[in-house]
Amino acid sequence: MLTIDDIRKLADLARLEITAGEVADVSAKLTAIVRLVDELRSVATAGVAPMAHPLDQKQRLRADVVTERDAHERYQRNAPAVEQGLYLVPKVIE
Amino acid sequence: MHDKTLAELTDALHSRRISAVELTRHFLDRISRFDDKLNAFITVTEDLALAQARAADSRIARGEATPLTGIPIAHKDIFCTADIKTSCGSRMLDGFISPYDAAVVERLYGAGAVMLGKTNMDEFAMGSSNENSYYGPVRNPWNHALVPGGSSGGSAAAVAARLCAGTTGTDTGGSIRQPAALSGITGLKPTYGRVSRYGMVAFASSLDQAGTLTQTAEDAALLLEAIAGVDARDSTSLDSEVPRYSRLINEPWENVSIGVPENFFEKGLDAGIAAAIEAALQELAKLGAKLKRIRLHNVHLSIPAYYVVAPAEASSNLSRFDGVRYGYRSPDALRGDINTFFKRNRGEGFGPEVKRRILIGTYVLSAGYYDAYYLQAQKVRRLISDDFARAFETVDLIAGPTTPTPAFPIGQKTGDPIAMYLNDIYTIGANLAGIPALSIPCGFVDGAPVGMQLVGPPLGEAALLKAAHRFQSATDWHRRIPRGYE
Repeated sequence: MLTIDDIRKLADLARLEITAGEVADVSAKLTAIVRLVDELRSVATAGVAPMAHPLDQKQRLRADVVTERDAHERYQRNAPAVEQGLYLVPKVIE
Repeated sequence: MHDKTLAELTDALHSRRISAVELTRHFLDRISRFDDKLNAFITVTEDLALAQARAADSRIARGEATPLTGIPIAHKDIFCTADIKTSCGSRMLDGFISPYDAAVVERLYGAGAVMLGKTNMDEFAMGSSNENSYYGPVRNPWNHALVPGGSSGGSAAAVAARLCAGTTGTDTGGSIRQPAALSGITGLKPTYGRVSRYGMVAFASSLDQAGTLTQTAEDAALLLEAIAGVDARDSTSLDSEVPRYSRLINEPWENVSIGVPENFFEKGLDAGIAAAIEAALQELAKLGAKLKRIRLHNVHLSIPAYYVVAPAEASSNLSRFDGVRYGYRSPDALRGDINTFFKRNRGEGFGPEVKRRILIGTYVLSAGYYDAYYLQAQKVRRLISDDFARAFETVDLIAGPTTPTPAFPIGQKTGDPIAMYLNDIYTIGANLAGIPALSIPCGFVDGAPVGMQLVGPPLGEAALLKAAHRFQSATDWHRRIPRGYE
């Protein structure tokens, strides 16, 4: 059972605003989802190696060389607010 | 021309019975005639399509055409397209213009295909009905009151309504095969890593794979050989030669054994679907396949394992959307501190299903729950994968239903996420195991299409497509066109 307080805590961790109007519905639906996945907890898995990737692929590494060109003006065209090439956010340091 | 398959259109273009410009105009006309109702497209790129069609015509005239040159297609709006909006079905990316093309887009441009637009989808590919889109639901061309399936619902509806010759999609838990089944078309999810994920907005990185939605297996073969292959920009893409699928599907089909998982026919399967699948299996047997009853012992754990692994990966992947460098920014965002800023942008930019998945992912990864849920789900994932590996020691392919029920009414399951999740019971296993699978049309229940799923071993796309092609050479379910769209 995920209480309304649990949801508030999770939403905080996930940096996600859940409004007062949403929270009861979110708590009911998340509780149902947790109940669904709880079936896993009774499965015997002693000695089974966790599978993080399909086909147990190894990640390839490439040479540590610069492959990108400076395209920051192009990238910043998508930015909600930019000034002098810098992204604007609320004041972080007092 | 829209009743022709992609392969038939290639012939028509190469023999100059039609030009790429004429073909493109024809499909653009159909989109403007039908899409107000269907809502399969988020963006239609008419000017670009006509420019590409003109280029295709000169390429054909020069004798430098590929089978895809001049073929009108559309991309799921999860694939980044330079200078064209890539929304991923979300308010978060409503204004987002990608600075680059996805590998899949780049390869199809390179082959000379014509892009008609970007198709509608469940937000961030999370959904099985296309009702989670910021741009509204897509309607099923077979019955406008029904969903087309999801998350590649726009891609499926566009092919079913013959608004283009083929589309791309992505499949994390069934998002190509399930809408293909519900919309009466052919949907292929290749082996994990067969197609580069570069430029494909990430949902669950160990499960996501790009694929195709087409009328036929032959069309899927033509598209797959163009988009498959290693890519230095996706470190999980497979470094394995791409076979000529379109040639291989015509080779003799002999000594093929097909496993039929008994437990796919037990509780929860619609009786009409069961009957259609049984008939399709008999058709395969008539064509020479040896059917063998098998059991996949852990497959019932697919849904719980998936709803831990996929949200966990999603909660990490979607943390990049913060409204700083791109994406939705709340009008009130600059008032308040930095955390309030993030929370508002994300709270207003994401829809309800995406928020639920982020929260579940955060929960299963949080201190005290990691071992019980996330690690345990990865162990169960191994058990499910081992079941498939064991089955493929004795059979070449596995066949069964793609979905437990036919397409359902719009609005029926939106209030109940668990009921929605159960749609993917037969498809999720292939994602967890990373193996290829496809869905082909094989009948109808009360006018709604039924899909048969074929699953293959790693890199078994040729065997899958060959079996599907053989089935389609003997049946005509894939040639049926919804009423009103003929």
